[in-house]
Amino acid sequence: MKLTHLEQLEAEAIHILREVAATFTKPVMLYSIGKDSSVMLHLAMKAFYPAKPPFPLLHVDTTWKFREMIAFRDQTVRDLGLELLVHTNPRGLEEDITPYTHGSNFYTHVMKTEALRQALDAHGFDAAFGGARRDEEKSRAKERIFSFRNQKHGWDPKAQRPEMWKTYNTRIAPGESIRVFPLSNWTETDIWQYILKERIPIVSLYFAKMRPVVDREGMMIMVDDDRLPLRLEDSVTERLIRFRTLGCYPLTAAIASDATTLEDVVAETLTTKTSERQGRLIDADESASMEKKKKEGYF
Amino acid sequence: MGELETTHDSKISEFLIEQEDKSILRFLTCGSVDDGKSTLIGRLLYDTQLLYEDQLATLTRDSKIYGTAGDDIDFALLVDGLEAEREQGITIDVAYRFFSTQKRKFIVADAPGHEEYTRNMATGASTADLAIVLLDVRHGLRTQTKRHSYIASLLGIKNIILAVNKLDLVGFEESQFRRITEDFSQYTREFGFSSVQAIPISARYGDNVVTLSDQTTWYEGPSLLQALEAAHIVEAPVAAAFRFPVQYVCRSNADFRGLAGQVAGGKIRRGETVLVAKSGETSRIKDIVTKDGSLSEAFCGQAITIVLADELDVSRGDMLSSPEEPPCVADQFQAKIIWFDSAPLIPNRSYTMKTENDTVTASITHLKYGIDINTYTRRPARSLARNEVGICNLATQSMLAFDPYKENRSTGNFILIDRHSNATVGAGMIDFALRRSSNVKWQLLEVTKVARARLMGQQPVVMWFTGLSGSGKSTIANSLEKLLHAHGRHTIVLDGDNIRHGLCRDLGFTDGDRVENIRRVTEVSKLMSEAGLITIVSFISPFRSERQFARESFDAGEFIEIYIDTPIEECIRRDPKGLYKRALADEIPNFTGVSSVYEEPLDAEIRLSTKDQNPDVLSRQVFDYLQSKGYLK
Repeated sequence: MKLTHLEQLEAEAIHILREVAATFTKPVMLYSIGKDSSVMLHLAMKAFYPAKPPFPLLHVDTTWKFREMIAFRDQTVRDLGLELLVHTNPRGLEEDITPYTHGSNFYTHVMKTEALRQALDAHGFDAAFGGARRDEEKSRAKERIFSFRNQKHGWDPKAQRPEMWKTYNTRIAPGESIRVFPLSNWTETDIWQYILKERIPIVSLYFAKMRPVVDREGMMIMVDDDRLPLRLEDSVTERLIRFRTLGCYPLTAAIASDATTLEDVVAETLTTKTSERQGRLIDADESASMEKKKKEGYF
Repeated sequence: MGELETTHDSKISEFLIEQEDKSILRFLTCGSVDDGKSTLIGRLLYDTQLLYEDQLATLTRDSKIYGTAGDDIDFALLVDGLEAEREQGITIDVAYRFFSTQKRKFIVADAPGHEEYTRNMATGASTADLAIVLLDVRHGLRTQTKRHSYIASLLGIKNIILAVNKLDLVGFEESQFRRITEDFSQYTREFGFSSVQAIPISARYGDNVVTLSDQTTWYEGPSLLQALEAAHIVEAPVAAAFRFPVQYVCRSNADFRGLAGQVAGGKIRRGETVLVAKSGETSRIKDIVTKDGSLSEAFCGQAITIVLADELDVSRGDMLSSPEEPPCVADQFQAKIIWFDSAPLIPNRSYTMKTENDTVTASITHLKYGIDINTYTRRPARSLARNEVGICNLATQSMLAFDPYKENRSTGNFILIDRHSNATVGAGMIDFALRRSSNVKWQLLEVTKVARARLMGQQPVVMWFTGLSGSGKSTIANSLEKLLHAHGRHTIVLDGDNIRHGLCRDLGFTDGDRVENIRRVTEVSKLMSEAGLITIVSFISPFRSERQFARESFDAGEFIEIYIDTPIEECIRRDPKGLYKRALADEIPNFTGVSSVYEEPLDAEIRLSTKDQNPDVLSRQVFDYLQSKGYLK
């Protein structure tokens, strides 16, 4: 009668999900369509069973997500019968801010960070679940499970509330909010093992397939639609690739892989020699870049 | 993880089965600044090959820029996550790291050493099964080592690994190691540790970290990693009494009412009888619901939803338990409190108290003594400053279901939250319920407050005047009472100065005494209200916290806050008692507005500006307010 490590992590996450539902007036779950979001959503379905999760999903759509992601998103909410809110920063659309015209940093700030703040403000959400894990990145390793945000959505890493036991301080003043990370203590391996064990549906982009790619600074970028600016020297080639992490297609590098089944993907993950965030172009600038973004309200 | 090089499905399933059997050990690393904690964890990650190539590249690059290990890789940089930490070369907050071996998965909480960040160290310790106390062989037990050892013990950690580091700097000499081990066991003999494993190591060079070192042939114990793999994990208390703190009530439709929560002790079977702690009622377990199907039994650690056979009034904050071994249900208890906030703990001030599943208002009724966390000595205390520990009696406004912390870490803990800033200001571990809690019962009185008031033909209400000394509170209060009296109302004025001549004669003007002063006048106001009177309170009452406490002591609409808004310059100019003159000359300490703070009301029902106003006109305004709101019908 002992819980396995996955059962322990599952119970911990369910406890966190319920605590938010019990103590906040208007929670929301940030749904980014990736594998971590899929696990988080799966846990939410468990936490409130037989009821549905008592909060909507929110997808911040930059308009540059892979098409397969959007199709998967719509299918998922239909299958589960959940409410989905989609928000795109109108300023970004108006000024036509793209990763190519404005650089990845500014683009991310406007289309993700600013867009997220707009959506949270517009609906008055007081708690927002995110699927971030502590093993992903340095500043995440320091973040609380219940992470306080001021009225401007900013994170102050030097003044985090102590977080004792599982006794979470959920009290905030009007306008303030809490970001909640139920998967804080999961590792990438745990996520994949859990997906395998529970047979959780994930986007097909995680599985290897022949896909059109171009080379960008040594990274393989998939040509998902005709908005990707091709240079004269570019040659689009069909290659057997998949993704370890998903985001906006111009900023997400693929890996060469022949892992076509969940078992293959897990096997590959367990033997890999690079960390998953390496495929994210926005982190490469400097090692403190995530911390900087989080202070501004990025997830 | 590197043992897996092929992608055969059979290998995968084998691997997964192997993973399934692994246990998780959550451990804390603590000790003094510069003794090498971060280096040790970096070394563990490095030697268990958990670094990815790109992480190594970043580390090598950062080592050159910020590193303190010369040309070598500075492992500490791997675990210091925040910008400020990397720049200052210190650890501010606890960082969580993950690694696994063939035998176990590990979650490491790397705790900061500085006293200023004790709250973050406590955060890491609160969920740990084991602590590695690291120290520098050349320095031995330092203040921080002592403090961390005490806090680890305070938070109930039983297993300690004493990692004596930097043995390379003393030529791996045994005697130095022995001396420190001896000192440690001497210092911690009252800490209740069940096992202390001392290991001589060099984190920088990896001696005895993962594998045993040739340099310490005199040492016969395990390497650090071997010790971690073998350490006894505090089993979730399955054998203990059944505890189920109700976290959330799940209603999927009109017929389904499930009690959701995580089992905090023992186990339960379908059909068994459980006790609802707060009401004392019992019922049977009708069903244990999960999305993966109904369970016939559930045990400690599982997150489940329970359906009871009877429709009882059970909600969040209550607890289901075995009827034979119920938890304590009380509103007074003794606890150890560790204080985190820069503003000190003040006895009798009310705080929001949160247990794992319940939230109540609580205050410290008696601070028995403090414990110096650096020297583990008792000392008398009137308040607790940041990072101090105190033994306190607490009283809550409603009943709480709990266990002593030493019997159950889940149901015996709580945090204290400031009611205005919402900051987590302290954490507590319950020792035991106070007997007075169950011995003092409410005597039922048959003539009620409403009946008493009806006889006087009025509605009781408390008018709470707050403002600086000399702002005009007492003058307006006096004028208002005359007016009410003339209209045939039964009134009483409780005046700050007058009450200090009698009931509060023993109190001074420190923050702590001011808090107690307001608590007493609040209680007196309650009695006056019970008697049916219209009560006019005229007290400086400088703190929001205590005014809120007063407000919440009454029914909605029964408490009216009146802010006498006179600027300090005007009060100084008036200075009716000559007090400002003396306060400004430093002759009166803790004088509100001069050397002690006045927190302006943010949501007073009435705000009176007194500049160039006749007190009778102002009291008339209050009278009109009472009339318009129907208090004087």
